[in-house]
Amino acid sequence: MKYVLGGAFAVAMTASAAFAEEIKPTAVSFVDGTVEQSLTGQAGDPAEGRKVFANRKQGNCLACHTNADLAEESFHGEVGPPMDGVADRWNEAELRGIVTNSKMMFEGTIMPAFYVDKGYERPLEDFAGKSILTAQQVEDVVAYLLTLKEQ
Amino acid sequence: MNLKPWIAVLVAGVAGAASAQDSNTLSIDGEPMVTEVAAPAHVENLDTIYSGWRFRSAETQALETDDFDNPAFVFVDQGIDLFDKVDGTENKACSSCHENVEDFAGLRTQLPRVQDGELVTMENLINDCRTERMGAEPWKWSKGPMTAMTALIGLQSRGMPMNVTIDGEAAPFWEQGKELYYTRVGQLDMSCSNCHEDNYGVMIRADHLSQGQINGFPTYRLKNAKLNSIHGRFKGCMKNIRATPFAEGGDEFKALELYLASRGEGLSVETPSVRN
Ligand code: HEC
Ligand code: HEC
Ligand code: HEC
Repeated sequence: MKYVLGGAFAVAMTASAAFAEEIKPTAVSFVDGTVEQSLTGQAGDPAEGRKVFANRKQGNCLACHTNADLAEESFHGEVGPPMDGVADRWNEAELRGIVTNSKMMFEGTIMPAFYVDKGYERPLEDFAGKSILTAQQVEDVVAYLLTLKEQ
Repeated sequence: MNLKPWIAVLVAGVAGAASAQDSNTLSIDGEPMVTEVAAPAHVENLDTIYSGWRFRSAETQALETDDFDNPAFVFVDQGIDLFDKVDGTENKACSSCHENVEDFAGLRTQLPRVQDGELVTMENLINDCRTERMGAEPWKWSKGPMTAMTALIGLQSRGMPMNVTIDGEAAPFWEQGKELYYTRVGQLDMSCSNCHEDNYGVMIRADHLSQGQINGFPTYRLKNAKLNSIHGRFKGCMKNIRATPFAEGGDEFKALELYLASRGEGLSVETPSVRN
Protein backbone atom coordinates (compact mmCIF):
# COMPACT_ATOMS: atom_id res chain seq x y z
CA MET A 1 0.00 0.00 0.00
CA LYS A 2 2.74 2.43 1.00
CA TYR A 3 4.43 1.70 -2.32
CA VAL A 4 1.37 2.53 -4.36
CA LEU A 5 0.84 5.78 -2.53
CA GLY A 6 4.48 6.68 -2.96
CA GLY A 7 4.18 6.06 -6.70
CA ALA A 8 1.10 8.23 -7.04
CA PHE A 9 2.85 10.94 -5.12
CA ALA A 10 5.89 10.86 -7.40
CA VAL A 11 3.65 11.18 -10.45
CA ALA A 12 1.84 14.13 -8.92
CA MET A 13 5.17 15.76 -8.15
CA THR A 14 6.49 15.53 -11.68
CA ALA A 15 3.18 16.65 -13.13
CA SER A 16 3.38 19.86 -11.17
CA ALA A 17 7.05 20.49 -11.77
CA ALA A 18 6.20 24.10 -12.54
CA PHE A 19 5.29 24.52 -8.89
CA ALA A 20 8.46 22.89 -7.61
CA GLU A 21 8.97 25.72 -5.17
CA GLU A 22 5.57 25.26 -3.54
CA ILE A 23 5.89 24.90 0.22
CA LYS A 24 3.94 21.94 1.65
CA PRO A 25 1.52 22.68 4.49
CA THR A 26 3.70 20.88 7.02
CA ALA A 27 6.81 22.73 5.88
CA VAL A 28 5.54 26.30 6.37
CA SER A 29 7.69 28.14 8.88
CA PHE A 30 6.07 30.57 11.27
CA VAL A 31 7.71 33.35 13.27
CA ASP A 32 5.34 34.78 15.88
CA GLY A 33 2.36 33.75 13.76
CA THR A 34 3.73 35.34 10.59
CA VAL A 35 4.95 33.69 7.38
CA GLU A 36 7.56 35.70 5.47
CA GLN A 37 8.09 33.50 2.45
CA SER A 38 5.54 33.17 -0.35
CA LEU A 39 4.08 29.64 -0.40
CA THR A 40 4.44 29.43 -4.17
CA GLY A 41 7.33 31.70 -5.02
CA GLN A 42 4.89 33.42 -7.36
CA ALA A 43 2.88 36.60 -6.90
CA GLY A 44 -0.75 36.10 -5.89
CA ASP A 45 -3.58 37.33 -8.11
CA PRO A 46 -5.87 39.70 -6.16
CA ALA A 47 -8.78 39.22 -8.59
CA GLU A 48 -8.68 35.45 -8.01
CA GLY A 49 -8.28 36.04 -4.27
CA ARG A 50 -11.43 38.12 -4.22
CA LYS A 51 -13.34 35.17 -5.70
CA VAL A 52 -11.83 32.70 -3.24
CA PHE A 53 -12.79 35.04 -0.37
CA ALA A 54 -16.48 34.96 -1.33
CA ASN A 55 -16.78 31.38 -2.63
CA ARG A 56 -18.66 29.19 -0.14
CA LYS A 57 -16.71 26.10 -1.18
CA GLN A 58 -13.30 27.79 -0.97
CA GLY A 59 -12.38 30.54 1.49
CA ASN A 60 -15.96 31.39 2.46
CA CYS A 61 -14.33 34.19 4.46
CA LEU A 62 -17.60 36.12 4.11
CA ALA A 63 -19.20 33.57 6.41
CA CYS A 64 -17.45 35.32 9.28
CA HIS A 65 -16.17 38.68 8.00
CA THR A 66 -18.04 41.64 6.58
CA ASN A 67 -16.29 43.26 3.64
CA ALA A 68 -17.50 46.47 2.00
CA ASP A 69 -15.51 45.64 -1.14
CA LEU A 70 -17.85 42.69 -1.74
CA ALA A 71 -21.08 44.66 -1.35
CA GLU A 72 -22.61 42.74 -4.27
CA GLU A 73 -22.62 39.55 -2.17
CA SER A 74 -25.75 39.50 -0.04
CA PHE A 75 -24.76 37.77 3.19
CA HIS A 76 -21.78 38.84 5.28
CA GLY A 77 -21.14 37.14 8.61
CA GLU A 78 -19.99 38.92 11.74
CA VAL A 79 -18.14 36.25 13.73
CA GLY A 80 -14.77 37.94 13.07
CA PRO A 81 -13.69 41.56 12.53
CA PRO A 82 -14.68 43.50 9.38
CA MET A 83 -12.09 43.22 6.59
CA ASP A 84 -12.30 46.91 5.66
CA GLY A 85 -8.84 48.43 5.92
CA VAL A 86 -7.28 45.14 6.98
CA ALA A 87 -4.10 45.98 5.03
CA ASP A 88 -3.66 49.08 7.17
CA ARG A 89 -3.56 46.89 10.25
CA TRP A 90 -1.49 43.92 9.09
CA ASN A 91 1.46 43.50 6.72
CA GLU A 92 1.91 40.80 4.10
CA ALA A 93 3.77 38.30 6.30
CA GLU A 94 1.18 38.69 9.05
CA LEU A 95 -1.72 38.22 6.63
CA ARG A 96 -0.06 35.15 5.11
CA GLY A 97 0.35 33.72 8.60
CA ILE A 98 -3.29 34.44 9.50
CA VAL A 99 -4.67 32.82 6.34
CA THR A 100 -2.29 29.85 6.46
CA ASN A 101 -3.01 29.00 10.09
CA SER A 102 -4.66 31.68 12.20
CA LYS A 103 -4.24 29.56 15.32
CA MET A 104 -0.56 30.53 15.28
CA MET A 105 -1.59 34.19 15.64
CA PHE A 106 -4.87 33.96 17.58
CA GLU A 107 -4.79 31.15 20.12
CA GLY A 108 -7.97 29.09 20.25
CA THR A 109 -9.64 31.00 17.42
CA ILE A 110 -12.72 29.67 15.62
CA MET A 111 -11.17 30.75 12.29
CA PRO A 112 -10.15 27.66 10.31
CA ALA A 113 -6.54 27.08 9.28
CA PHE A 114 -6.67 27.26 5.49
CA TYR A 115 -3.34 25.65 4.67
CA VAL A 116 -3.09 22.69 7.02
CA ASP A 117 -3.61 19.14 5.80
CA LYS A 118 -3.43 17.07 8.96
CA GLY A 119 -4.06 17.24 12.68
CA TYR A 120 -7.82 17.69 12.50
CA GLU A 121 -10.14 14.86 13.67
CA ARG A 122 -12.83 12.91 11.75
CA PRO A 123 -12.67 14.83 8.46
CA LEU A 124 -15.24 13.84 5.83
CA GLU A 125 -13.53 11.37 3.53
CA ASP A 126 -13.39 13.79 0.60
CA PHE A 127 -11.38 16.28 2.62
CA ALA A 128 -9.06 13.95 4.55
CA GLY A 129 -5.39 14.82 4.12
CA LYS A 130 -6.22 18.00 2.24
CA SER A 131 -5.94 21.67 3.07
CA ILE A 132 -8.98 23.92 2.57
CA LEU A 133 -7.09 26.14 0.12
CA THR A 134 -4.17 25.42 -2.19
CA ALA A 135 -0.89 27.31 -1.78
CA GLN A 136 -1.78 29.44 -4.81
CA GLN A 137 -5.22 30.27 -3.42
CA VAL A 138 -3.63 31.37 -0.12
CA GLU A 139 -1.29 33.67 -2.05
CA ASP A 140 -4.21 34.99 -4.11
CA VAL A 141 -6.21 35.75 -0.95
CA VAL A 142 -3.21 37.45 0.67
CA ALA A 143 -2.72 39.57 -2.47
CA TYR A 144 -6.40 40.48 -2.33
CA LEU A 145 -6.33 41.38 1.38
CA LEU A 146 -3.40 43.69 0.67
CA THR A 147 -5.71 45.76 -1.57
CA LEU A 148 -8.14 46.40 1.32
CA LYS A 149 -6.86 49.80 2.46
CA GLU A 150 -8.74 52.71 3.92
CA GLN A 151 -5.85 55.11 4.45
CA MET B 1 -15.20 36.33 28.71
CA ASN B 2 -13.30 36.94 25.54
CA LEU B 3 -14.52 40.41 24.60
CA LYS B 4 -14.42 41.09 20.92
CA PRO B 5 -13.49 44.67 20.16
CA TRP B 6 -15.25 44.66 16.79
CA ILE B 7 -18.52 43.50 18.31
CA ALA B 8 -18.26 46.35 20.84
CA VAL B 9 -17.75 48.73 17.93
CA LEU B 10 -20.74 47.25 16.10
CA VAL B 11 -22.97 47.56 19.15
CA ALA B 12 -21.93 51.15 19.70
CA GLY B 13 -22.18 51.98 16.01
CA VAL B 14 -25.52 50.50 14.99
CA ALA B 15 -27.51 50.39 18.18
CA GLY B 16 -29.49 47.20 18.42
CA ALA B 17 -28.34 45.64 15.16
CA ALA B 18 -25.78 43.40 16.82
CA SER B 19 -27.88 42.44 19.83
CA ALA B 20 -27.86 38.72 20.36
CA GLN B 21 -31.48 37.61 20.35
CA ASP B 22 -34.72 39.52 19.93
CA SER B 23 -37.03 40.38 22.81
CA ASN B 24 -40.18 38.78 21.39
CA THR B 25 -42.31 36.55 23.56
CA LEU B 26 -43.83 33.32 22.32
CA SER B 27 -47.37 32.16 22.96
CA ILE B 28 -48.73 29.19 21.08
CA ASP B 29 -52.49 29.26 20.68
CA GLY B 30 -52.54 31.59 23.69
CA GLU B 31 -50.33 29.43 25.90
CA PRO B 32 -47.14 31.25 26.99
CA MET B 33 -43.77 29.52 26.40
CA VAL B 34 -40.54 30.08 28.30
CA THR B 35 -37.96 31.00 25.64
CA GLU B 36 -35.44 32.56 28.05
CA VAL B 37 -34.33 31.49 31.49
CA ALA B 38 -31.27 31.69 33.76
CA ALA B 39 -28.73 29.06 32.70
CA PRO B 40 -28.58 26.05 35.03
CA ALA B 41 -25.40 25.80 37.13
CA HIS B 42 -23.99 22.95 35.02
CA VAL B 43 -23.86 25.24 31.96
CA GLU B 44 -20.66 26.99 32.94
CA ASN B 45 -20.19 29.52 30.19
CA LEU B 46 -23.66 30.99 29.72
CA ASP B 47 -25.68 33.26 32.00
CA THR B 48 -28.97 32.94 30.16
CA ILE B 49 -30.29 30.28 27.83
CA TYR B 50 -32.60 31.04 24.91
CA SER B 51 -34.79 28.97 22.66
CA GLY B 52 -33.75 28.94 19.01
CA TRP B 53 -37.10 30.61 18.30
CA ARG B 54 -35.65 33.89 19.58
CA PHE B 55 -33.11 33.97 16.76
CA ARG B 56 -35.46 33.41 13.86
CA SER B 57 -37.04 36.05 11.63
CA ALA B 58 -40.45 37.48 12.51
CA GLU B 59 -42.06 35.53 9.64
CA THR B 60 -40.59 32.22 10.79
CA GLN B 61 -41.50 32.97 14.40
CA ALA B 62 -45.11 33.67 13.47
CA LEU B 63 -45.55 30.20 11.96
CA GLU B 64 -45.05 28.64 15.39
CA THR B 65 -47.62 30.74 17.25
CA ASP B 66 -50.67 29.04 15.80
CA ASP B 67 -51.12 25.34 15.12
CA PHE B 68 -53.14 26.08 12.00
CA ASP B 69 -50.21 27.99 10.52
CA ASN B 70 -47.55 25.60 11.77
CA PRO B 71 -46.61 23.40 8.79
CA ALA B 72 -45.40 20.67 11.17
CA PHE B 73 -49.00 19.78 12.01
CA VAL B 74 -49.46 17.96 8.72
CA PHE B 75 -46.97 15.48 10.14
CA VAL B 76 -48.52 15.45 13.59
CA ASP B 77 -51.74 14.36 11.85
CA GLN B 78 -49.81 11.54 10.18
CA GLY B 79 -48.60 10.58 13.65
CA ILE B 80 -52.19 10.40 14.88
CA ASP B 81 -53.06 8.02 12.03
CA LEU B 82 -49.99 5.90 12.71
CA PHE B 83 -50.88 5.69 16.39
CA ASP B 84 -54.07 3.85 15.49
CA LYS B 85 -52.60 1.76 12.70
CA VAL B 86 -52.26 -1.99 13.27
CA ASP B 87 -48.82 -3.24 12.29
CA GLY B 88 -46.63 -6.31 12.91
CA THR B 89 -47.19 -9.97 13.75
CA GLU B 90 -49.09 -9.22 17.00
CA ASN B 91 -51.83 -7.35 15.13
CA LYS B 92 -51.59 -4.37 17.41
CA ALA B 93 -51.54 -0.61 17.09
CA CYS B 94 -49.94 1.76 19.59
CA SER B 95 -53.43 2.61 20.73
CA SER B 96 -54.15 -1.06 21.53
CA CYS B 97 -52.00 -0.58 24.64
CA HIS B 98 -51.63 3.18 25.00
CA GLU B 99 -55.24 4.19 25.16
CA ASN B 100 -54.65 7.90 25.09
CA VAL B 101 -51.63 9.60 23.54
CA GLU B 102 -52.06 12.39 26.11
CA ASP B 103 -50.78 9.98 28.75
CA PHE B 104 -47.32 10.69 27.36
CA ALA B 105 -47.45 14.24 28.79
CA GLY B 106 -44.13 15.03 30.48
CA LEU B 107 -42.14 12.28 28.77
CA ARG B 108 -40.37 14.60 26.29
CA THR B 109 -38.97 16.74 29.14
CA GLN B 110 -37.13 13.75 30.66
CA LEU B 111 -35.49 12.19 27.63
CA PRO B 112 -32.95 10.86 27.05
CA ARG B 113 -32.81 8.82 30.29
CA VAL B 114 -30.96 5.77 31.56
CA GLN B 115 -32.89 2.53 31.53
CA ASP B 116 -31.29 -0.84 32.38
CA GLY B 117 -27.87 0.76 32.21
CA GLU B 118 -28.42 2.16 28.71
CA LEU B 119 -29.12 5.69 27.58
CA VAL B 120 -32.45 5.68 25.72
CA THR B 121 -34.13 8.33 23.59
CA MET B 122 -37.74 8.73 22.46
CA GLU B 123 -36.86 6.90 19.24
CA ASN B 124 -35.52 3.93 21.22
CA LEU B 125 -38.69 3.68 23.34
CA ILE B 126 -40.91 3.77 20.27
CA ASN B 127 -38.88 1.19 18.39
CA ASP B 128 -38.75 -1.08 21.47
CA CYS B 129 -42.54 -1.18 21.42
CA ARG B 130 -42.56 -1.86 17.71
CA THR B 131 -40.04 -4.68 17.74
CA GLU B 132 -40.76 -6.27 21.14
CA ARG B 133 -44.47 -5.65 21.67
CA MET B 134 -45.89 -5.42 18.15
CA GLY B 135 -43.63 -7.75 16.19
CA ALA B 136 -43.11 -4.92 13.71
CA GLU B 137 -40.04 -3.56 11.91
CA PRO B 138 -38.24 -0.71 13.69
CA TRP B 139 -38.71 2.70 12.10
CA LYS B 140 -35.64 4.43 10.64
CA TRP B 141 -34.31 7.05 13.06
CA SER B 142 -35.00 10.20 11.05
CA LYS B 143 -37.55 9.04 8.50
CA GLY B 144 -41.18 10.19 8.18
CA PRO B 145 -43.02 7.70 10.43
CA MET B 146 -40.55 8.14 13.30
CA THR B 147 -40.44 11.95 13.22
CA ALA B 148 -44.25 12.06 12.90
CA MET B 149 -44.53 9.92 16.03
CA THR B 150 -41.85 11.79 18.03
CA ALA B 151 -43.65 15.03 17.10
CA LEU B 152 -47.02 13.69 18.26
CA ILE B 153 -45.65 12.33 21.54
CA GLY B 154 -43.42 15.39 22.13
CA LEU B 155 -46.40 17.71 21.56
CA GLN B 156 -48.07 16.24 24.65
CA SER B 157 -45.31 17.94 26.72
CA ARG B 158 -45.50 21.30 24.99
CA GLY B 159 -45.10 24.17 27.43
CA MET B 160 -43.49 21.97 30.11
CA PRO B 161 -39.90 22.71 31.18
CA MET B 162 -37.02 20.58 29.90
CA ASN B 163 -35.72 18.61 32.84
CA VAL B 164 -33.40 15.66 32.18
CA THR B 165 -31.56 13.76 34.89
CA ILE B 166 -27.80 14.18 34.64
CA ASP B 167 -26.52 12.70 37.89
CA GLY B 168 -26.35 9.15 39.19
CA GLU B 169 -26.37 6.57 36.41
CA ALA B 170 -26.70 9.34 33.82
CA ALA B 171 -23.47 11.07 34.85
CA PRO B 172 -21.01 9.16 32.63
CA PHE B 173 -23.24 9.64 29.56
CA TRP B 174 -23.57 13.34 30.34
CA GLU B 175 -19.78 13.65 30.68
CA GLN B 176 -19.32 11.94 27.32
CA GLY B 177 -21.79 14.33 25.72
CA LYS B 178 -20.07 17.34 27.23
CA GLU B 179 -16.71 16.14 25.96
CA LEU B 180 -18.12 15.77 22.44
CA TYR B 181 -19.69 19.23 22.62
CA TYR B 182 -16.32 20.85 23.26
CA THR B 183 -14.20 18.70 20.90
CA ARG B 184 -13.12 20.23 17.60
CA VAL B 185 -13.73 18.07 14.55
CA GLY B 186 -13.64 18.20 10.78
CA GLN B 187 -11.42 19.90 8.25
CA LEU B 188 -12.72 23.22 9.60
CA ASP B 189 -11.66 22.05 13.06
CA MET B 190 -14.56 23.42 15.10
CA SER B 191 -16.55 22.30 18.12
CA CYS B 192 -20.27 22.79 18.71
CA SER B 193 -19.31 25.35 21.36
CA ASN B 194 -17.33 27.49 18.88
CA CYS B 195 -20.57 28.38 17.12
CA HIS B 196 -23.38 27.83 19.63
CA GLU B 197 -21.72 29.01 22.84
CA ASP B 198 -18.99 31.48 21.80
CA ASN B 199 -20.84 33.09 18.90
CA TYR B 200 -24.59 32.75 19.36
CA GLY B 201 -26.43 35.90 18.37
CA VAL B 202 -24.18 36.81 15.46
CA MET B 203 -24.60 36.11 11.77
CA ILE B 204 -22.54 33.36 10.16
CA ARG B 205 -23.02 34.18 6.51
CA ALA B 206 -26.83 33.99 6.05
CA ASP B 207 -27.59 32.26 9.36
CA HIS B 208 -28.32 33.86 12.70
CA LEU B 209 -26.52 31.62 15.19
CA SER B 210 -28.60 30.35 18.12
CA GLN B 211 -27.47 28.38 21.15
CA GLY B 212 -28.29 25.14 19.34
CA GLN B 213 -31.03 24.17 21.81
CA ILE B 214 -33.12 21.02 21.25
CA ASN B 215 -36.34 21.99 23.07
CA GLY B 216 -38.27 22.27 19.80
CA PHE B 217 -37.51 18.90 18.19
CA PRO B 218 -38.46 17.43 15.89
CA THR B 219 -38.37 20.76 14.06
CA TYR B 220 -40.04 21.62 10.81
CA ARG B 221 -37.42 23.30 8.65
CA LEU B 222 -38.44 25.64 5.86
CA LYS B 223 -35.23 24.59 4.15
CA ASN B 224 -36.35 21.00 3.55
CA ALA B 225 -40.09 21.23 4.28
CA LYS B 226 -40.14 18.26 6.65
CA LEU B 227 -39.62 17.30 10.25
CA ASN B 228 -35.98 16.98 11.29
CA SER B 229 -34.78 14.74 14.09
CA ILE B 230 -32.30 15.84 16.73
CA HIS B 231 -29.60 13.49 15.45
CA GLY B 232 -30.32 14.56 11.88
CA ARG B 233 -29.56 18.14 12.91
CA PHE B 234 -26.33 17.11 14.65
CA LYS B 235 -25.34 15.30 11.49
CA GLY B 236 -25.97 18.39 9.37
CA CYS B 237 -23.87 20.60 11.63
CA MET B 238 -21.00 18.11 11.56
CA LYS B 239 -21.07 17.87 7.77
CA ASN B 240 -21.02 21.65 7.50
CA ILE B 241 -17.66 21.70 9.24
CA ARG B 242 -16.56 18.84 6.98
CA ALA B 243 -16.55 16.26 9.76
CA THR B 244 -17.68 12.65 9.41
CA PRO B 245 -20.88 12.58 11.47
CA PHE B 246 -21.46 9.98 14.16
CA ALA B 247 -24.24 7.49 13.48
CA GLU B 248 -27.86 8.52 14.11
CA GLY B 249 -28.99 6.54 17.14
CA GLY B 250 -25.38 5.77 18.09
CA ASP B 251 -23.84 6.19 21.55
CA GLU B 252 -22.11 9.48 20.70
CA PHE B 253 -25.22 11.28 19.45
CA LYS B 254 -27.34 9.92 22.30
CA ALA B 255 -24.80 11.27 24.81
CA LEU B 256 -24.66 14.59 22.97
CA GLU B 257 -28.48 14.71 23.03
CA LEU B 258 -28.51 14.24 26.81
CA TYR B 259 -25.92 16.97 27.25
CA LEU B 260 -27.78 19.40 25.00
CA ALA B 261 -31.10 18.62 26.68
CA SER B 262 -29.47 19.54 30.00
CA ARG B 263 -28.22 22.83 28.53
CA GLY B 264 -31.86 23.68 27.85
CA GLU B 265 -33.10 22.98 31.39
CA GLY B 266 -36.08 25.21 32.12
CA LEU B 267 -36.94 26.11 28.52
CA SER B 268 -40.42 25.07 27.41
CA VAL B 269 -40.78 22.11 25.12
CA GLU B 270 -41.88 23.69 21.82
CA THR B 271 -42.37 20.51 19.84
CA PRO B 272 -43.00 20.72 16.94
CA SER B 273 -41.10 23.98 16.34
CA VAL B 274 -40.50 25.84 13.08
CA ARG B 275 -37.00 26.85 12.02
CA ASN B 276 -35.40 27.90 8.76
C1 HEC C 1 -15.52 30.63 11.22
C2 HEC C 1 -15.28 32.04 11.15
C3 HEC C 1 -14.11 32.56 10.30
C4 HEC C 1 -13.84 32.27 8.99
C5 HEC C 1 -14.55 31.29 8.05
C6 HEC C 1 -12.73 33.12 8.63
N1 HEC C 1 -12.36 33.89 9.71
FE1 HEC C 1 -10.88 35.29 9.73
N2 HEC C 1 -11.21 35.61 11.72
C7 HEC C 1 -12.21 35.03 12.46
C8 HEC C 1 -12.13 35.53 13.82
C9 HEC C 1 -13.07 35.15 14.97
C10 HEC C 1 -11.04 36.42 13.85
C11 HEC C 1 -10.51 37.20 15.05
C12 HEC C 1 -9.36 36.46 15.65
C13 HEC C 1 -9.73 35.83 16.96
O1 HEC C 1 -10.23 34.72 16.97
O2 HEC C 1 -9.54 36.47 18.00
C14 HEC C 1 -10.50 36.46 12.51
C15 HEC C 1 -9.43 37.27 12.13
C16 HEC C 1 -9.01 37.44 10.84
C17 HEC C 1 -8.03 38.42 10.41
C18 HEC C 1 -7.38 39.46 11.28
C19 HEC C 1 -8.29 40.66 11.17
C20 HEC C 1 -8.04 41.82 12.06
O3 HEC C 1 -8.36 42.92 11.65
O4 HEC C 1 -7.54 41.62 13.17
C21 HEC C 1 -7.89 38.27 9.06
C22 HEC C 1 -7.00 39.05 8.14
C23 HEC C 1 -8.79 37.20 8.65
N3 HEC C 1 -9.45 36.73 9.76
C24 HEC C 1 -8.91 36.77 7.35
C25 HEC C 1 -9.73 35.71 6.95
C26 HEC C 1 -9.77 35.19 5.61
C27 HEC C 1 -8.98 35.73 4.46
C28 HEC C 1 -10.64 34.16 5.63
C29 HEC C 1 -11.00 33.22 4.48
C30 HEC C 1 -9.88 32.61 3.77
C31 HEC C 1 -11.18 34.06 6.98
N4 HEC C 1 -10.60 35.01 7.74
C32 HEC C 1 -12.14 33.15 7.38
C33 HEC C 1 -13.15 34.14 12.01
C34 HEC C 1 -13.19 33.57 10.75
C1 HEC D 1 -48.54 -4.55 23.33
C2 HEC D 1 -48.70 -3.31 24.01
C3 HEC D 1 -47.97 -2.11 23.43
C4 HEC D 1 -47.99 -1.63 22.16
C5 HEC D 1 -48.71 -2.19 20.96
C6 HEC D 1 -47.18 -0.44 22.17
N1 HEC D 1 -46.69 -0.21 23.41
FE1 HEC D 1 -45.58 1.34 23.98
N2 HEC D 1 -45.38 0.52 25.81
C7 HEC D 1 -46.00 -0.61 26.25
C8 HEC D 1 -45.58 -0.90 27.61
C9 HEC D 1 -46.05 -2.08 28.44
C10 HEC D 1 -44.68 0.11 27.95
C11 HEC D 1 -43.94 0.27 29.24
C12 HEC D 1 -44.93 0.88 30.16
C13 HEC D 1 -44.33 1.81 31.10
O1 HEC D 1 -43.18 1.64 31.44
O2 HEC D 1 -45.05 2.75 31.46
C14 HEC D 1 -44.59 0.99 26.80
C15 HEC D 1 -43.85 2.13 26.79
C16 HEC D 1 -43.86 3.08 25.76
C17 HEC D 1 -43.20 4.36 25.80
C18 HEC D 1 -42.40 4.92 26.98
C19 HEC D 1 -43.39 5.52 27.94
C20 HEC D 1 -42.76 6.02 29.22
O3 HEC D 1 -43.40 6.84 29.87
O4 HEC D 1 -41.67 5.60 29.57
C21 HEC D 1 -43.46 4.98 24.61
C22 HEC D 1 -43.00 6.36 24.19
C23 HEC D 1 -44.25 4.07 23.84
N3 HEC D 1 -44.48 2.95 24.56
C24 HEC D 1 -44.72 4.35 22.56
C25 HEC D 1 -45.39 3.42 21.79
C26 HEC D 1 -45.72 3.65 20.40
C27 HEC D 1 -45.43 4.95 19.63
C28 HEC D 1 -46.32 2.52 19.96
C29 HEC D 1 -46.77 2.22 18.55
C30 HEC D 1 -45.75 2.36 17.51
C31 HEC D 1 -46.38 1.60 21.10
N4 HEC D 1 -45.80 2.18 22.18
C32 HEC D 1 -46.95 0.37 21.05
C33 HEC D 1 -46.89 -1.36 25.54
C34 HEC D 1 -47.14 -1.22 24.20
C1 HEC E 1 -19.95 26.52 11.96
C2 HEC E 1 -20.89 26.77 13.02
C3 HEC E 1 -21.62 25.59 13.62
C4 HEC E 1 -21.08 24.54 14.31
C5 HEC E 1 -19.61 24.26 14.58
C6 HEC E 1 -22.20 23.76 14.78
N1 HEC E 1 -23.37 24.31 14.37
FE1 HEC E 1 -25.24 23.77 14.94
N2 HEC E 1 -26.04 25.21 13.79
C7 HEC E 1 -25.33 26.13 13.05
C8 HEC E 1 -26.23 27.00 12.35
C9 HEC E 1 -25.84 28.14 11.42
C10 HEC E 1 -27.54 26.58 12.70
C11 HEC E 1 -28.87 27.20 12.25
C12 HEC E 1 -29.10 28.48 13.02
C13 HEC E 1 -29.10 28.26 14.49
O1 HEC E 1 -30.11 27.82 15.07
O2 HEC E 1 -28.02 28.46 15.12
C14 HEC E 1 -27.37 25.47 13.64
C15 HEC E 1 -28.44 24.82 14.26
C16 HEC E 1 -28.29 23.85 15.22
C17 HEC E 1 -29.39 23.27 15.99
C18 HEC E 1 -30.87 23.60 15.83
C19 HEC E 1 -31.31 24.65 16.82
C20 HEC E 1 -32.80 24.89 16.81
O3 HEC E 1 -33.24 25.83 17.49
O4 HEC E 1 -33.54 24.18 16.13
C21 HEC E 1 -28.83 22.35 16.83
C22 HEC E 1 -29.57 21.47 17.81
C23 HEC E 1 -27.40 22.35 16.59
N3 HEC E 1 -27.11 23.28 15.63
C24 HEC E 1 -26.50 21.53 17.23
C25 HEC E 1 -25.13 21.49 16.95
C26 HEC E 1 -24.22 20.53 17.52
C27 HEC E 1 -24.60 19.43 18.48
C28 HEC E 1 -22.98 20.82 17.04
C29 HEC E 1 -21.68 20.07 17.27
C30 HEC E 1 -21.67 18.71 16.79
C31 HEC E 1 -23.12 21.97 16.17
N4 HEC E 1 -24.44 22.34 16.12
C32 HEC E 1 -22.07 22.61 15.52
C33 HEC E 1 -23.96 26.25 13.00
C34 HEC E 1 -23.06 25.43 13.65
